[in-house]
Amino acid sequence: MIRITDVQKSFNRNQVLKSVNLEITPGSTTAILGPNGSGKTTLLKSILGLVIPQKGEVYFNGKPTVGKWEHRKQIAYLPQVARFPENLKVNELIQLVKDIRESPGDERTLIERFSLEPFLNKSLRNLSGGTRQKVNVVLAFMYDNPLIILDEPTVGLDPVALIHLKELISREKAKGKTILLTTHIMSVVEELADEIVFLLEGKIYFQGSLTEMNALSQQADLEHSIAQILIKEAHV
Amino acid sequence: MFKILKYSFFDLIRSYWSLTYMLFYLIVTSSLLYFSGDLLKGIISLSSIILILTPLIGTIFGIMYYYNSRDFTELLLAQPIRRKAIFMGQYLGLSLSLSSSFLLGTGLPFLFYGIQVSGEIWNFFTLLLSGALLTCIFTAFAYWIGLAHENRIKGFGLAIVLWLLLALIYDGLFLLSLVLFEEYPIEKLAIGATLFNPIDLSRILVMLKLDISALLGYTGAVFKKFFGTGLGISCSISALIIWVIIPVTGILVKGRKKDF
Repeated sequence: MIRITDVQKSFNRNQVLKSVNLEITPGSTTAILGPNGSGKTTLLKSILGLVIPQKGEVYFNGKPTVGKWEHRKQIAYLPQVARFPENLKVNELIQLVKDIRESPGDERTLIERFSLEPFLNKSLRNLSGGTRQKVNVVLAFMYDNPLIILDEPTVGLDPVALIHLKELISREKAKGKTILLTTHIMSVVEELADEIVFLLEGKIYFQGSLTEMNALSQQADLEHSIAQILIKEAHV
Repeated sequence: MFKILKYSFFDLIRSYWSLTYMLFYLIVTSSLLYFSGDLLKGIISLSSIILILTPLIGTIFGIMYYYNSRDFTELLLAQPIRRKAIFMGQYLGLSLSLSSSFLLGTGLPFLFYGIQVSGEIWNFFTLLLSGALLTCIFTAFAYWIGLAHENRIKGFGLAIVLWLLLALIYDGLFLLSLVLFEEYPIEKLAIGATLFNPIDLSRILVMLKLDISALLGYTGAVFKKFFGTGLGISCSISALIIWVIIPVTGILVKGRKKDF
């Protein structure tokens, strides 16, 4: 579904992605892991076209996407920070996204699931961080897109909302959607991901399944595997 | 583009700041009219306020809006829509909402004083036009500066310096050069120099229309002598429109390659 070839990106002198090659197969759930500043978000944004790589190409269903916008019709994206225009109301924001996408979305069930009804007519500036993140989740999931990109989806959510989100992701996964996500919460990865891409200093250090990763570092769980890799790298 | 424009406009027009800006103009215009009791005098006094203030407010709002809506821009950029449409929509929403605050704030008191039945209607219209054009020019420059500078302090500083340069410093330097080179024929240079400053251009536009030689100043007088009133007005309007096109092109070019 996605093929990334030799993507390089630097911001000023800081080289964030150093020749990344990656293939994401349709229907898989891939977790992109790595320490802070390893280039996870930049990689996701290159797929979306928010970041324009200096070198390399991102193919979506075989078509190059750099500088294009049509491929975003098939992508749902949940950004890391949820900040919206202050004076718009929640339902106006939902309407805006519907206007842009030019098709009716299924927001009703999501609004119920996250109990957002009381907030629909409130201005976005009056919402708490967690509630905004819920609105963000609704915006990302209200369309039936074959590819879902989630950048730290769990930030700011309460346990109930977190359970709902995980259910939502599992449901989409069962429908055969391709899911790409980054997170620092390893239990989420263990629960949802079939494939792990481990980024370290802008390069893919490891790509494979959970068990392969644990076997590589000879650790029992993912948290320790990652810690082991990071400690090992720091000593080399 | 129009979808983004619609939402940006409604987001902005409901903000506390738009209302304050409109109220400010309402109060200033009403009191000027009340104290002078004469439409022409009102227009002249108001013009000196508008020529300094609309660029300043356009600059400040432009840069603030860009930085404030950055995360939202990111959300829009992830939607299936052209980059160009997002930036143009936001820019037009911003300049339209500021212009409407300005037009309502100054227009209503004049309507109340019966501008529509007086002979000053076209003079007043010219003033409104130059205020609206200045708003469009300076918000575009501020938005462009915002796009080009990730560092907010730097962006804000640059935008303010640009306003300061064009609103105040330019005139000083200009005057100084006129004094220094007074023995040379510098009319053409003076006209050229005026074209490089949208605030000066608007001032000349308003004064030419009002036909007040005393207030035209040196450049205005040269302008009038060189072009005549009619040609002078159309030249300054076209130059102002070019001044809108320059930063808008800047926004489009910068927006195409920018990372979010």
